[in-house]
Amino acid sequence: MPNLGFEVLFKGKNMLRLLGGLGVAAKISLISILISIPLGILMGALMTSKNRAIQAVLRAYLEFIRIMPQLVLLFIVYFGTTRMFGWNLSGELSSVIVFVLWGTAEMGDLVRGAIVSIPKHQYESAAALGLGKVQTQRYIILPQTVRRLVPLSINLVTRMIKTTSLVIMIGVVEVQKVAQQIIEANRSSSPNAAFGVYLTVFFMYFIVCWPISLLARYLEKRWR
Amino acid sequence: MDWEFICKYLPLYGKAALLTLRIGILGVLLAAAVGLICTVVQYYRVPVLRQIAAVYIEVSRNTPLLIQLFLIYYGLPKVGIRMSAATCGVVGLAFLGGSYMAEAFRSGIESVGKVQEESAYSLGLGHLQAMRYVIFPQALSTSMPAITANVIFLLKETSVFSAISLMDLMFTAKDLIGLYARTAESLVMLVAFYLIILLPISIAGRILERRLRFAEFGV
Repeated sequence: MPNLGFEVLFKGKNMLRLLGGLGVAAKISLISILISIPLGILMGALMTSKNRAIQAVLRAYLEFIRIMPQLVLLFIVYFGTTRMFGWNLSGELSSVIVFVLWGTAEMGDLVRGAIVSIPKHQYESAAALGLGKVQTQRYIILPQTVRRLVPLSINLVTRMIKTTSLVIMIGVVEVQKVAQQIIEANRSSSPNAAFGVYLTVFFMYFIVCWPISLLARYLEKRWR
Repeated sequence: MDWEFICKYLPLYGKAALLTLRIGILGVLLAAAVGLICTVVQYYRVPVLRQIAAVYIEVSRNTPLLIQLFLIYYGLPKVGIRMSAATCGVVGLAFLGGSYMAEAFRSGIESVGKVQEESAYSLGLGHLQAMRYVIFPQALSTSMPAITANVIFLLKETSVFSAISLMDLMFTAKDLIGLYARTAESLVMLVAFYLIILLPISIAGRILERRLRFAEFGV
């Protein structure tokens, strides 16, 4: 068995540093998710409004965000807006901005889909039973919407965590960057470290994302 | 906006876009092939291979492409597997996309009711005929939205290829920003080229979905 460079991970504080890098990625995605969810619910509610102008604007926003690679959005915010408006944005702040813009758009579409998917007879049956408008929303529509929404938004969370891997491209020091530093520092003593360390990072992402995916799938089956 | 600058570097972007497209299309085709193999293996419950496919799908879906590329491009040479950057790009895209395609195909096949297959047999169709004339067309119709979404998703994912020093659109834009500090022009061209590549595919996908919407009868 050739030396695959796993021993580098147990030298000094290397493993702790890697986990710290993962923490940065987790922090960025967590903040972004917490801001995106309320904004996304607002956007989804607005998208179902009858106002054509609001619909068109939100639709255009969603389509643009959807069709642009997230990395392009990161570049626009990190390189583009800073130059255009002359302000200073750290890499981390830029990534939070981009993930919120993106998360709001995706969440908005999920919320819109969930609201639209409630058949009309649910409203009519509620009215026939003598429920008022607020009561209909509270007891009939909201529970059904939430059931359809929750598994999908959990999936969005894993997508967001996976996308945080891109922030290395605008200079944020996260887990992949730390891995590079560790590999560079041990180049002479373990020339094969690239394999062991990158494989470890690969499975770190897997270990974080997999349980969340399983939870989403479980809820989807249970609440169907 | 400096139009002279834009005109001067337009061909460079064109070349980069061609590279993105070439690797993207190859990767998508290979991903579809991998996805098809996984679906077939799981549909016929081939022992061992079925478990391998299941593990592969979970691993591939729950890791980011960028990390997969780093492992393929920088990690694998250390254990003796050496590939050019372009090959790595195609392999990475196929590795990531295979599982997404497999999920899309599977959901299509699962949506076709058992009744359909049984009816086909009772009409005297053989297994292959039932597959070819009854199950496949309906499955394709149901999974078409997911397939087009996957194609667009995979082409978007090609934007990370600059990390393994492929001269794609991102690489070109970053290069020009670094060299000439013409940020606005470089980014406008970047966005324009991604729109040129992705918008027609998005529209074509929507038309295709509408054309293929014939599986909604007799569920």
